[in-house]
Amino acid sequence: MTDSLQTADAPVFERIAPERDLMSKFDGLIAERQALLDSGVRDPFAIVMEQVLSPTEAVIQGKKTILLGTYNYMGMTFDPDVIAAGKDALDTFGSGTNGSRMLNGTFRDHMEVEQALREFYGTSGAIVFSTGYMANLGMISTLAGRGEYIILDADSHASIYDGCSMGAAEIVRFRHNSVEDLDKRLGRLPPEPGKLVVLEGVYSMMGDIAPLKEMVAVAKKHGAMVLVDEAHSMGFFGANGRGVYEDQGLEGEVDFVVGTFSKSVGTVGGFCVSNHPKFEAIRLACRPYIFTASLPPSVVATAATSIRKLRHAHNKRQHLWENARRVHDGLTQLGFTLGTDTPQSAIIAVILPTQEQAVGMWQALLEHGLYVNMARPPATPAGMYLLRCSLCAEHTGEQVERIVDMFAQAGRQMSVIP
Amino acid sequence: MSDRQEIEKTVRRLIEPFNKKGVALTDSTTFAGDLEWDSLTVMDFVAAVEDEFDIIITMNMQAEIETVGQLVDAVGRLKG
Repeated sequence: MTDSLQTADAPVFERIAPERDLMSKFDGLIAERQALLDSGVRDPFAIVMEQVLSPTEAVIQGKKTILLGTYNYMGMTFDPDVIAAGKDALDTFGSGTNGSRMLNGTFRDHMEVEQALREFYGTSGAIVFSTGYMANLGMISTLAGRGEYIILDADSHASIYDGCSMGAAEIVRFRHNSVEDLDKRLGRLPPEPGKLVVLEGVYSMMGDIAPLKEMVAVAKKHGAMVLVDEAHSMGFFGANGRGVYEDQGLEGEVDFVVGTFSKSVGTVGGFCVSNHPKFEAIRLACRPYIFTASLPPSVVATAATSIRKLRHAHNKRQHLWENARRVHDGLTQLGFTLGTDTPQSAIIAVILPTQEQAVGMWQALLEHGLYVNMARPPATPAGMYLLRCSLCAEHTGEQVERIVDMFAQAGRQMSVIP
Repeated sequence: MSDRQEIEKTVRRLIEPFNKKGVALTDSTTFAGDLEWDSLTVMDFVAAVEDEFDIIITMNMQAEIETVGQLVDAVGRLKG
């Protein structure tokens, strides 16, 4: 999509009749993007970071920019121990595995990172996937089979929906975070078939948390198993940083916990942990685990080191929560409409009424030197336009002040706040 | 009134709050095409139908239902 990626010597594309051109179905999307660019704004979905200076700063189009939209919650990406582990693995095991976990793709550090996960979560089992998306895709499509049921929150992440589409189970949705609605729907299903209730600890668009305690109780009442995606909570919810389920006292109540290495852990990869005695069987049946190459040795080595450090990162945890509270308070006082009344997680969503205002505000912030995520339907619930901020434990007090200042200036510039 | 007519009447009543353009409803009216509903509207509407009839219309079934008439038939089967 980026113009600079087109090369001068590319062959001329031989045209096919529009009605048989499979690419014609994207004409609407192409036109919408063009209309947005014609209005004079930068493309919010084509940002390039030319240099990354730290977990909280990068150079974008030659300008030093504070990063407030990276999910790098615990700021582990530049941790010296993490980097050393990665370099060592590169030197010792090479750049890649060239194969599936099931065949030639399991090296020492794949075992090591699974052990680090078992220790971090206090579980008997841990399975690592190549991305968080594939962890959800694999677990959900494999756990629930034909004639069984998956019951999911309407605001679930795309990876959960895609796991449902890939599998053969019957899919039932309930209204976002509604315990009553979940109870009602479970009550209407036949009692005999197996059921999997899929929940998320933190919902990443609005940054709200789930009433897991009540939902898990309802699921158990109806004899359903529970999978919770804790992608956006690892490291800073609960006494051991295991997630919202730990924070709400649900140790031993959740059957499967899915997580990712791409957020708090600071690299890439996904996983599921469980105490189920037959958990290892997933490795034999799960297609997104079997039919893809495993993570490179340097990635699993950095992940293992990062996870072990996260267990004891109490100061970082505290600082992250302070940062989230300060930005939430600051933006509330300025008069912005936020996704949650209180700072529930490290994600703070600023709600804007129109795409024009959202993109305008996003660009104004970028010009001041602040990067946030822009999110739009269909990724957002209820057709909202969001500027999504995610805090990092490494944001300094001074950066937090500048963040609120830049929101004040951009908000007034775009007449979003008085 | 037959069972089907009864269901149809109720379904039409449930469609009204979401029928922003005041489209005239027949058995062959489509949700995506004629009523121009997006996925969020469909979600709210399906929940309303499920609660009204105390049934579950799974997403797998929803994928097969395109018209008002098909929905009325599906509700009839599910109420069994």
